[in-house]
Amino acid sequence: MTRQIKTLFIANRGEIAVRIIRAARELGLKTIQAHSLADAESLAVRLADEAVNIGPPSAAKSYLNVEAVVAAAVASGADAVHPGYGFLAENARFAEAVEAAGLVFVGPTPQQIRMMGDKVSALEAAIRAGVPTVPGSKGRVETPEAAGVVVDRIGFPVMIKASAGGGGRGIRVATSRDEFDRLMPQASAEALAAFGDGGLYIEKFIASSRHVEVQVLGDGYDVVHFYERECSLQRRRQKVWEEAPAAMLPADVRSKLCQSAVDLAKAVQYRGAGTIEYLYDDTTRDFYFLEMNTRIQVEHPVTEMITGFDLVREMIRVSMGEKLRMKQSDIAIRGHAIECRINAEDPTQNFMPAPGLIESLVVPGGAGVRFDSLLYQGYTVPPFYDSLLGKLIVWDEDRASAMTRMARALGELKIGGVKTTRGLHRALASDPDVQAARFDTQFLERWLEKHSNQCVE
Amino acid sequence: MATKDLLSPLPGTFYRKPSPDAPVYKSEGDTVKKGEIIGLIEVMKSFHEVHADADGTITAFHADNEDAVMAGQPLATLAI
Repeated sequence: MTRQIKTLFIANRGEIAVRIIRAARELGLKTIQAHSLADAESLAVRLADEAVNIGPPSAAKSYLNVEAVVAAAVASGADAVHPGYGFLAENARFAEAVEAAGLVFVGPTPQQIRMMGDKVSALEAAIRAGVPTVPGSKGRVETPEAAGVVVDRIGFPVMIKASAGGGGRGIRVATSRDEFDRLMPQASAEALAAFGDGGLYIEKFIASSRHVEVQVLGDGYDVVHFYERECSLQRRRQKVWEEAPAAMLPADVRSKLCQSAVDLAKAVQYRGAGTIEYLYDDTTRDFYFLEMNTRIQVEHPVTEMITGFDLVREMIRVSMGEKLRMKQSDIAIRGHAIECRINAEDPTQNFMPAPGLIESLVVPGGAGVRFDSLLYQGYTVPPFYDSLLGKLIVWDEDRASAMTRMARALGELKIGGVKTTRGLHRALASDPDVQAARFDTQFLERWLEKHSNQCVE
Repeated sequence: MATKDLLSPLPGTFYRKPSPDAPVYKSEGDTVKKGEIIGLIEVMKSFHEVHADADGTITAFHADNEDAVMAGQPLATLAI
């Protein structure tokens, strides 16, 4: 059943709101931008056809307030709501409230959001769909004998974790059976002391892994993938630099990885844009399901650059009940794309946030360069939200030329008035390990210990 | 007695307590030592402590819990 929409309400802010307005306009839709009091002068508000104040600066009282956002969307006369990423994008109660008010939610069903948002039910869905998960005891082990059976099956090194633990506490790594037999009682005693529960579980320890993720799009019946991205360069689990495709992924692994993502999304009859995240061990070439994100992601442009499809436009189309407009065989990788997140943070001062007035702005251009941002000269970046100012994205024929083009584009980018992470990206773009794609998810934090003083503007 | 304004070091959201259910760090009339925490500033989703920059007694707060504040804005007055 298709339902043509005419007016899209954007329940988000920043660069993704701008991105959504652009896609909606190309589809002939009228746009209504929700904004907090602090965002009345935002670029998204300026670009949208209309704007509606939904509350005070605090996100909890504006962009995260389900009742206020739904009421504003209904009152605006919009017939669909795009949640963007973050805020309420993966809040099943919000999706339900939007649908209950008779509006289209541009995203998956509330049931799909709920299933994939819960770690246990998402893992169970992955296992049912045959997606590899990190080998382990799949629950607590009650006796040393039971633990022995598990390690015989999965092999060393293994990680012993407290069932009741969290935040890295109560984790031990054993590389041999002797070490395992010595560490198990210690781990159990420590877990009992720390959490009042001596229960343990065992997982394969993956010493060095890369973060790869597969972009999917579903219409509720069929699902296609748009290949993978690699986002291994992270700081405090926040992605900093993303690429498509993943440089070190062999072609046979790529096809298995992407097929597993389609299998999972098809198994839940997925609707909308989604991403299945994996750990990839490039010594063994094994990949393991991490989680599924049921929204458009920050780094979606690198996928758009290598495949030529507009994912935001397509996710709006499927939300109206349209069938997928492309077959899997229509989607191919061409060249290589890189995205650098330009944040209002000072990389030389431990990434201290730096909101403030944008005194001057020079945006890079030329072939293969795209800049998705919330910036204009004279704009004051408010302190109330995250620090992402924009994303500099480049495409070129291969990874080496994309690196050169990124360095060139970073050189052109000038943001006057606030500290940014541009200097970090310039240093990364000229680093031999980054140029050779020799990195894992811990690389950037190790690198910053030595190089943060080189990340000057 | 001399007074001194304690200024916000950053723009953001001012919190007078460590978590929503906790008591306030300091109330009007409380004495503080130099370096003691009187509140938090949340800026771009990261939290930064606000420290007293002198020994004294807090005579007034100029920002409420969860108020939006600018860098340099007085948060409290100390009698020193």
